[in-house]
Amino acid sequence: MDNERRKFLKIAGFSALAGIGAPAIVKLTSTASYASEQAAHGASEGKMAEGGSLQETGEKTKQYGMVIDMRKFMQNPELEDMAIEACINAHNIPQFPPEKKKDEIKWIWKTGFENAFQEHTNYHTSEEVEKSPFLILCNHCEFPPCVRVCPTKATFKMKETGIVTMDFHRCIGCRFCMAACPYGSRSFNWQDPRPYIKHLDPDFPTRMRGVVEKCSFCEERLAKGLEPACVAAVKDSGALIFGDINDEKSEIRQVLQKEFTIQRKPSAGTKPSVFYIV
Amino acid sequence: MFEKSLKGKPAYWIWLAFLGVFIVIGAVCYVRQYLFGLGLTGMSRDVSWGLYISQFTYLVGVAAGGLMLVLPYYIHDYKAFGKITILGEFLAISAVIMCLLFVMVDIGQPLRAMNMILHPTPNSMLFWDMVVLLGYLSLNIICGWVILTAERKQVPPPKWVYIFVYISIPWAVSIHTVTAFLYSGLPGRHFWLSAIIAPRFLASAFAAGPALVVIACLIMKRVAGFDAGKKALDKVATIIMYAALINTFFVLLEFFTAYYSNVPGHIESLRYLFFGITENGHTYNNLVPFMWTGVFLNFLSLGMFAYLKFREGNDWILGGACAAIFIALWIDKGLGFVLGGFVPSMTGHITEYYPTANEIGLTVGIWATGFFVMTVLYKIAIGVEHEIE
Amino acid sequence: MYNKKTIIPGLIIFVLILTAPIWYNGLKARAMPKPELPAGEKQCVLPLQEIRDTHMQLLNRWRDEVVRENKREPITVDGKVYGKGFQLACLKCHPSKVKFCDKCHEYAAVQPYCWDCHYTKAQAAEMMKETH
Repeated sequence: MDNERRKFLKIAGFSALAGIGAPAIVKLTSTASYASEQAAHGASEGKMAEGGSLQETGEKTKQYGMVIDMRKFMQNPELEDMAIEACINAHNIPQFPPEKKKDEIKWIWKTGFENAFQEHTNYHTSEEVEKSPFLILCNHCEFPPCVRVCPTKATFKMKETGIVTMDFHRCIGCRFCMAACPYGSRSFNWQDPRPYIKHLDPDFPTRMRGVVEKCSFCEERLAKGLEPACVAAVKDSGALIFGDINDEKSEIRQVLQKEFTIQRKPSAGTKPSVFYIV
Repeated sequence: MFEKSLKGKPAYWIWLAFLGVFIVIGAVCYVRQYLFGLGLTGMSRDVSWGLYISQFTYLVGVAAGGLMLVLPYYIHDYKAFGKITILGEFLAISAVIMCLLFVMVDIGQPLRAMNMILHPTPNSMLFWDMVVLLGYLSLNIICGWVILTAERKQVPPPKWVYIFVYISIPWAVSIHTVTAFLYSGLPGRHFWLSAIIAPRFLASAFAAGPALVVIACLIMKRVAGFDAGKKALDKVATIIMYAALINTFFVLLEFFTAYYSNVPGHIESLRYLFFGITENGHTYNNLVPFMWTGVFLNFLSLGMFAYLKFREGNDWILGGACAAIFIALWIDKGLGFVLGGFVPSMTGHITEYYPTANEIGLTVGIWATGFFVMTVLYKIAIGVEHEIE
Repeated sequence: MYNKKTIIPGLIIFVLILTAPIWYNGLKARAMPKPELPAGEKQCVLPLQEIRDTHMQLLNRWRDEVVRENKREPITVDGKVYGKGFQLACLKCHPSKVKFCDKCHEYAAVQPYCWDCHYTKAQAAEMMKETH
């Protein structure tokens, strides 16, 4: 290639790159307020994503948590089904038939004691504990591994509430969070869930295929001053107690001070926000 | 230099057409999967990563293996590798392309893949994996192409390309370390939560990558008149043998830690993989035959490599040993390591994983794409080699 | 010209393909879309031209504020209270995707994927009919 042509191609190449890159640079530095809003946005998201802990910032923020009083559930097993049903109906959760169990989506569900509490001994367990199903759900950890691994910040710990929440618009469906969660709390939409939704709540969207979902502590209900659907469903029995575990005066803290509670997989270092009275 | 790949013997075109068939089948499988969703695969809520990510994990290693051909030549001036460094670099390009394809077909919302770039998340290892893989791809394309062009013109390569060559050497280590970090930092899965995952990955990478290059060299000696040189192949065989030996040692170390400590979290996955787990009347052991085949092939290949050291072997033994270790490591890393981490599930349940036909079709299609790219690139490399002779 | 017999026909075919959108429909422009406005509603959350131009920016801002910042307070515009969000505000007043949203989107050949998750009352009824 002769030198003239090389020079021309080099200049053309650089100009093309500049032409393509210019709008992006202009957008990134456009109005000062937009830029700083993005920066503040990014910073607060970054703070949340970095290890996912809020305590490092030293601010007194909320951390919603739940106490599951298994004594009440063991006395009255239908309460568990009521709680699960309320969640399914409030969030348009699909229910797949048994032959499609691999695609199942569950936000709160029942499992055995030894499945829920793998770090506790499960031999010579009392008969009652052994035959009782235990309710498990996302623990909304203080140090959530799922948040740490998400490559797009589609799942992140919400600063004001301590809830580990999902942005379904951003999730790319890589399922790294599902691999990372020590508790198996997350489900993936392996296909379009709509054909399997039995009951639609008109104020809540469905999810599309290809995104991960899990319990959200009913953020949309909390914003209206309501308790999560599962808690409300068993309100009279007091089997589920919900509140801010950072607030010493809350009901849930009184319960935690009075009763001995256990948590799932404490050695994972995640500091869950869900406690069990067995 | 692409014109070198446009002229070839009938065997060359028949091979490309053969691969093309599988590529088309894979494309059809992908369209079906794209339209329905990943439910068309055998993955489930418990086994949320399957064949695609396991192939990705293995192929990152194969790509990193190219390092073992580049390092001796550029850092230690081992002139005998002069003809095959380009093969290592071109193998890396093909393998990284396969990795990227496997990731793209595995994510649930592929159209949102740009979110990883629009919203960079430094605390996520998957973000860094994307960065280092794209970087490694670029490095190998730059180095391979520039140096091959220089060779063709019979001039020394320009000085600036050596910066990229020297960067590519630790970078190769980084791609597989970061991929290992995907697994070894997850607090819930004890089968993966081990510091030795990264060294194990690297050891198996340095065996698997060069093994594929050796097989390619042996084939090209017969069909394309390309002789890598006995000294070079012997040295690569030695490297593969030691890397495979170290990897075997590392795997055995895992067995010791698990079974001697008797900690259930460490044992359960190994038990499922190698012996099967029986509970509630069900026996879960669909990976057991694979794992033991892998063990057999691993020791068989080690034996064959050792034989080659003491007796004057022939190309068939060398090729056989390389094929055996390539398959053994594919089983160990692809099937065993990735799938084993999901059994038992985080609630102690066992869900077995059976890939569907569509999934296998797509997997084979992507492998065929990788071999296609590798064939074309190798044809160019040999074409240049013949030209300068 | 070298290879005239291949280049000129090729060039003609290329120009034909490039200008296809212009001549494909017989050089006629399609009629402007007429989305059916909801009966009984006099106003939207933004004035007409503004909502037409910027509804995606508005929806994206609402999305980020609601989902990522938990700012879920309802919106009040001219005394009327709206829930914050696509399904809570827009789809409450605009009950039919086909008669309203699709009209302009089909004309502009865009396929927003909002309706993979969000749905109108009409769509909800249809979905329930299919699964029962």
